[in-house]
Amino acid sequence: MPKVTIDGHEIEVPKGTTILQAARMIGPEVAPPAMCYYSKLKTSGGYCRTCIVKVTKGSAQNPNPMPKPVASCRTEVMDGMEVANFTSPDLLEARKGVVEFLLINHPLDCPICDQAGECDLQNLGYEHGAAKTRYDFERRTFEKIDIGNKVQLHMTRCILCYRCVKTADQLCSNRVHGVLNRGDVSEISTYIQNAIDNEWSGNVIDVCPVGALTDKTFRFKSRVWFTKPVDAHRDCKTCAGKARIWFKGEEVLRVTGRKDQWGEVQDWICNDCRFEKKKVSDWTIEGPSHIDRHSVIAQNHYELQNLKLDVGRQLNKLAGEAEKNNTNTSTKKATAKK
Amino acid sequence: MQALTKRSKVVVNKQLSFVEKLYLPAILGGMRITLTHLFKKSATVKYPEKKRAISNVYRGQHVLKRDENGAERCTACGLCAVACPAEAITMLSAERKKGEEALYREEKYASVYEINMLRCIFCGLCEEACPKEAIFLTNRIVPVEFERNDFIYGKDKLVEPMEKDKRIDVSIRETTEVAEFKKHNEYGHNQVWDGSKAIDTKKKKKAH
Repeated sequence: MPKVTIDGHEIEVPKGTTILQAARMIGPEVAPPAMCYYSKLKTSGGYCRTCIVKVTKGSAQNPNPMPKPVASCRTEVMDGMEVANFTSPDLLEARKGVVEFLLINHPLDCPICDQAGECDLQNLGYEHGAAKTRYDFERRTFEKIDIGNKVQLHMTRCILCYRCVKTADQLCSNRVHGVLNRGDVSEISTYIQNAIDNEWSGNVIDVCPVGALTDKTFRFKSRVWFTKPVDAHRDCKTCAGKARIWFKGEEVLRVTGRKDQWGEVQDWICNDCRFEKKKVSDWTIEGPSHIDRHSVIAQNHYELQNLKLDVGRQLNKLAGEAEKNNTNTSTKKATAKK
Repeated sequence: MQALTKRSKVVVNKQLSFVEKLYLPAILGGMRITLTHLFKKSATVKYPEKKRAISNVYRGQHVLKRDENGAERCTACGLCAVACPAEAITMLSAERKKGEEALYREEKYASVYEINMLRCIFCGLCEEACPKEAIFLTNRIVPVEFERNDFIYGKDKLVEPMEKDKRIDVSIRETTEVAEFKKHNEYGHNQVWDGSKAIDTKKKKKAH
């Protein structure tokens, strides 16, 4: 079992594990961000270069550092490898450059985009403070293509991560969309503009890290931070039926898969659950979903667990104070007795 | 008895003298003060007829601006509503249809935009949050109403008129810092993207 050290944290991982997976095993404090790698999709990763890390020591046998940053999602760990991620200022600078490249052709229409508020690219740009652009040329734009009545495609926002292509490849029986052309004119499209009508095709919305593929039934209904995410399940013949439903008032505005801490869905859900079941009576509600408190969606979002923790903390505090008072009074009494 | 606080005073039930019992000197003294005030300059103004001078950057009733071509700038991004500490702003968005390009600047627009003027604290955070320079506070005072519902201002009251001469000038609210920021084209904020100029990919393919 090779041992690898990432940002000073040592971990023993099975052979064949990538640096990114090892970092995720340690935790979010060392895990590099990923825009194209998706642990649930085979052969994903290696396109976006967001997850680059610096290998300061190749392995125990060959302690030389690797000459340039490597994509951690595609590099397997070696025994004795030492990796620097957030501890290396050079690497953070390099990653900032990657973010700038990703944003070169990305339109700045976050105020319009339905993904805003839960967009990986928005978070990434914010984290790296890329407010300026140095790009003076006209941005890549595309003519709008209708790819069916369920999924909305905005090709201008696409960063060509190939996640949706892999999803369609591995989840649906026959894929009808893919990347056409090459280089800077490559685009996601359906072949002869076929509609995507496979029962799993809705999952491309969840895997899309940007707002290129969005839910047409939710289009412009509400901004995500005005909706309340709730975990719910239902009996579904095709999928596990475990989903996250987004409320605005009493109304269910949209249904998505449940995302874990890496922003990946836990269970794929079928199109029937995603697009058709928009009544509260269709679902058994489990409770408010866990939302990272730094997210804008956490505005006015109260989770049962956190509430319980808060109440517990307050009770503990009160109990502590009461105890203190008791001991104070008892010592006073003791001194008074003396 | 021991006093409860240090500030307590002992009340003395003093008997009034004969002159004091007449009350007339005290009444006359009070009348004198009242009468002198009749001839002094009033501290208030008679509001609807006469208006007190207010600052040009006074934060009063909001305006939803139109751009140079008369299209509404607001794209219902919801940042004003999320920034609002009083939760006074609500909105619903809709998609722009073909032929409405002159009415709405972006693909999405606010079909309903409401500000509850009773909730609003006129802090100006909505104006600060707006990425499209659509909402501004103006030096107009929100008029008095008799019904609560009348204070919920919809787009009919908030959006400025289409006529160029009736537009509301908010240039005074642009600080020197903002004017300086706008000069920099490298900030994404200041770049204008024209979606209609889509490149025909087929043509480009031939060129390759």
